[in-house]
Amino acid sequence: MKILVCISNVPDTTSKINFTDGDTKFDTNGVQFVINPNDEFGLTRAMWFKEKQGATVHVVSVGGPTIDPTIRKALAIGADEAIRINAEPTDGFFVAQQLAEVVKNGDYNLVIAGRESIDYNGGMVPGILAALLDMNFVNTCISLEIDGENATAQREIDGGKETLSTSLPLVIGGQKGLVQESDLKIPNMRGIMMARQKKLTVVEPVDALNATQETKFEKPAAKGAVKLVDASNVDELISLLHNEAKVI
Amino acid sequence: MATEEKELLRGGQFLVKETKCEDVFTLEDLTEEHKMMRDSTKEFVDRELWAHWERFEKKDYAYTEETMRKAGELGLLSIAVPQAYGGMGMGFVSTMLVCDYISGATGSFSTAFGAHTGIGTMPITLYGTEEQKQKYVPKLASGEWFGAYCLTEPGAGSDANSGKTKAVLSEDGKHYSISGQKMWISNAGFCSVFIVFARIEDDKNITGFIVENDPSNGITLGDEEKKLGIHSSSTRQVFFNETKVPVENMLSTRGNGFKIAMNALNVGRIKLAAACLDAQRRVIGEATNYANERLQFKTPIMNFGAIKAKIANMATNCYAGESASYRAAKNIEDRIALREAAGNTHQEAELKGVEEYAIECSILKVAVSEDVQNCTDEGIQIFGGMGFSADTPMESAWRDARISRIYEGTNEINRMLAVGMLVKKAMKGHVDLLGPATAVGEELMGIPSFDAPDFSELFAEEKDLIKRLKKVFLMVAGSAVQKFGPELENHQQLMLSASDILIEIYMAESTILRTEKNVKRSSEDAQAIQIAMSKLYLYTAVDTIVQKGKEAVVSFAEGDEQRMMLMGLKRFTKYTNQPNVVALRTQIADKVAADNGYTFS
Ligand SMILES: Cc1cc2nc3c(=O)[nH]c(=O)nc-3n(C[C@H](O)[C@H](O)[C@H](O)COP(=O)(O)OP(=O)(O)OC[C@H]3O[C@@H](n4cnc5c(N)ncnc54)[C@H](O)[C@@H]3O)c2cc1C
Repeated sequence: MKILVCISNVPDTTSKINFTDGDTKFDTNGVQFVINPNDEFGLTRAMWFKEKQGATVHVVSVGGPTIDPTIRKALAIGADEAIRINAEPTDGFFVAQQLAEVVKNGDYNLVIAGRESIDYNGGMVPGILAALLDMNFVNTCISLEIDGENATAQREIDGGKETLSTSLPLVIGGQKGLVQESDLKIPNMRGIMMARQKKLTVVEPVDALNATQETKFEKPAAKGAVKLVDASNVDELISLLHNEAKVI
Repeated sequence: MATEEKELLRGGQFLVKETKCEDVFTLEDLTEEHKMMRDSTKEFVDRELWAHWERFEKKDYAYTEETMRKAGELGLLSIAVPQAYGGMGMGFVSTMLVCDYISGATGSFSTAFGAHTGIGTMPITLYGTEEQKQKYVPKLASGEWFGAYCLTEPGAGSDANSGKTKAVLSEDGKHYSISGQKMWISNAGFCSVFIVFARIEDDKNITGFIVENDPSNGITLGDEEKKLGIHSSSTRQVFFNETKVPVENMLSTRGNGFKIAMNALNVGRIKLAAACLDAQRRVIGEATNYANERLQFKTPIMNFGAIKAKIANMATNCYAGESASYRAAKNIEDRIALREAAGNTHQEAELKGVEEYAIECSILKVAVSEDVQNCTDEGIQIFGGMGFSADTPMESAWRDARISRIYEGTNEINRMLAVGMLVKKAMKGHVDLLGPATAVGEELMGIPSFDAPDFSELFAEEKDLIKRLKKVFLMVAGSAVQKFGPELENHQQLMLSASDILIEIYMAESTILRTEKNVKRSSEDAQAIQIAMSKLYLYTAVDTIVQKGKEAVVSFAEGDEQRMMLMGLKRFTKYTNQPNVVALRTQIADKVAADNGYTFS
């Protein structure tokens, strides 16, 4: 089995979010970047396939040289090789086209992407990728077993789970459940040392179109101060809800 | 190579040679690999240690052992161990980084980690024979076995060479029989290997041995000590009763034990300094968060100048500790590399590399262990009554911090060592203090220049001050050595004052150099807070130096000589432009408050 794990380089969940250039660009100043959590669940599941079923695991990411630390972390966790597509990930359609090219050239039979990345939360890449490649697709995947060419996957659906059987080649949009948080691997020191020697191939992007363009970002309005109303003063509460909050 | 060797400052030479900011290593110089190691260590700490903080408070010794094994699985115990013995063979900076970031959550784990990887393993990697290393080091590196270090005895603490534990050679010459009582032994409760120091016959110096922990071989343990802090670090007495140790388990040669003990401690000291850093970052983070949220008089207490002053001082000292620790760490790493390039084995290179900077190791041990103490103390104060409660992490952080001033040589011993070693180095001609000290003497007799210096450039005045502060040390120590010669060591209060001057110089200089280097590759704006911290640190350093300088001078000089030196002291510690430290502190605290923690590394 040859697995490709698609990794997105995203701001740490505790980052302060700001925008520059007239609110059209995310301000990366002082922001820590990490492997997108949904992708890390996928990568950890891929490592399990590597250890138990002898799979080969490659990782791929779209971005400039600044994302190399994130890619190296994936190598330190245990991926065998990495590919960086040297382009800014401008939108989901663009990224999916780039990834599709790598999948075609690399003979992969399982592509693990995250359900969505936690930066822009587009949630489109795995679906578009499967369509471009004409592969089977399971989204919001919370469990995956592979037996030869057959795959059994579980999907999160509204209020429950759905179990599907399908076959390779397959693209999944993974999330927590593929493995649990406690299964996530901390890169060990040997892994970190070995990551230095592992192959990180940089490929140039293919010509591809964007389907969308970011024109403006807005932050949710800041919350106002909390008003405390005495429990005995129901009239005031009603008046506030009616006149200020305008909810009744 | 020879020229490079010249450029690399020798230990103690910072005092008489100017260091350029390009030549210091800073936390901002970490490689991608360093950062990955740091991040892995942090993840380990957050997941396995910080999340189970109460277990460490409740004397869960088994949990300490369990997490030590997990640290072993991640390779965190083998950073410094050569690859030939199952380790990572990484540089000294990596060793310090892991030690730094693994130590912040709880002193219990920090002590277990330090005792095992430092004094429990290093004596074998540094002094062991090939066979000894093959046999013990891989298991210690992986965490399959743990090590403990038995030097202290009920009657031999600071006077470590005075132990009564005996080693008697058997008639057939095949083994030694060791008998004696060791005290305060960290990791005793779960270790497999003891490094034991014992005396053979009436030797002047003790001898080191590797002793496997086998209860059937006359080894018994005392109960766990009841301690102020580090509640889950195993600390017990170890009794040896005719414990048979094969002769091939002697470490190095007969009578070389004291040297082994001291060299293991040199490494231990600088690592202990690193181990006192992350606790400060965490305490600053917790205290800032609390101060931002706690309302009194209808406002977050963070808005009070009293709290801001504390937060600013805590951050500044932490920044200074980082600056000096990593500066010295890289000096050691480079010195080891130079020695290896010159043909030394890794073992010899490492020994000599660390020994070279023994002065800096002692300086750092004292300075950073006192910083963490002050930091946790102010942490409690910021939490008010809640700080005194065992339900908040301040209380345990404060108790855990206390031990660092005691072990690895008390801070009194290390203060004396720092100056003592420097004087010895000067006598041996390794560092030329005499020339510069004579020059300072002449300067004192001469007429001071009344030219107004140009201090318009960033740090111009601060760097000029550092140069003058070095003259204070040379003046005080130089005259004291002249006066007392080898008797100087009996004038302890004087030695302690001189040591405080030395410590402040090293810390202040390192801080300024770090910031200067970072300004050069970014901008003054980007480093505004670091500039403020560097200025604030220097200001308090100058204060200490004025006070200690006076005490010292008056203790041994009289009449004209005294007057001249006090004038010199005034001249050497004078600011042309008094910094507005209130404004500096406010500026620093506001940034820490806005970031809700320490974000300078
Ligand atoms: C929790 C804990 C863990 C420890 N772990 C280990 C371990 O793993 N292995 C090990 O071998 N030891 C260990 N120690 C022992 C530790 O290193 C000693 O406690 C320390 O060296 C001080 O020795 P002492 O306690 O006998 O104090 P003393 O030497 O009696 O000192 C008492 C006071 O006198 C001062 N003093 C002593 N001599 C002088 C002097 N010449 N000049 C000026 N002042 C002086 C000291 O600074 C101190 O303030 C540990 C101790 C503790 C508390």
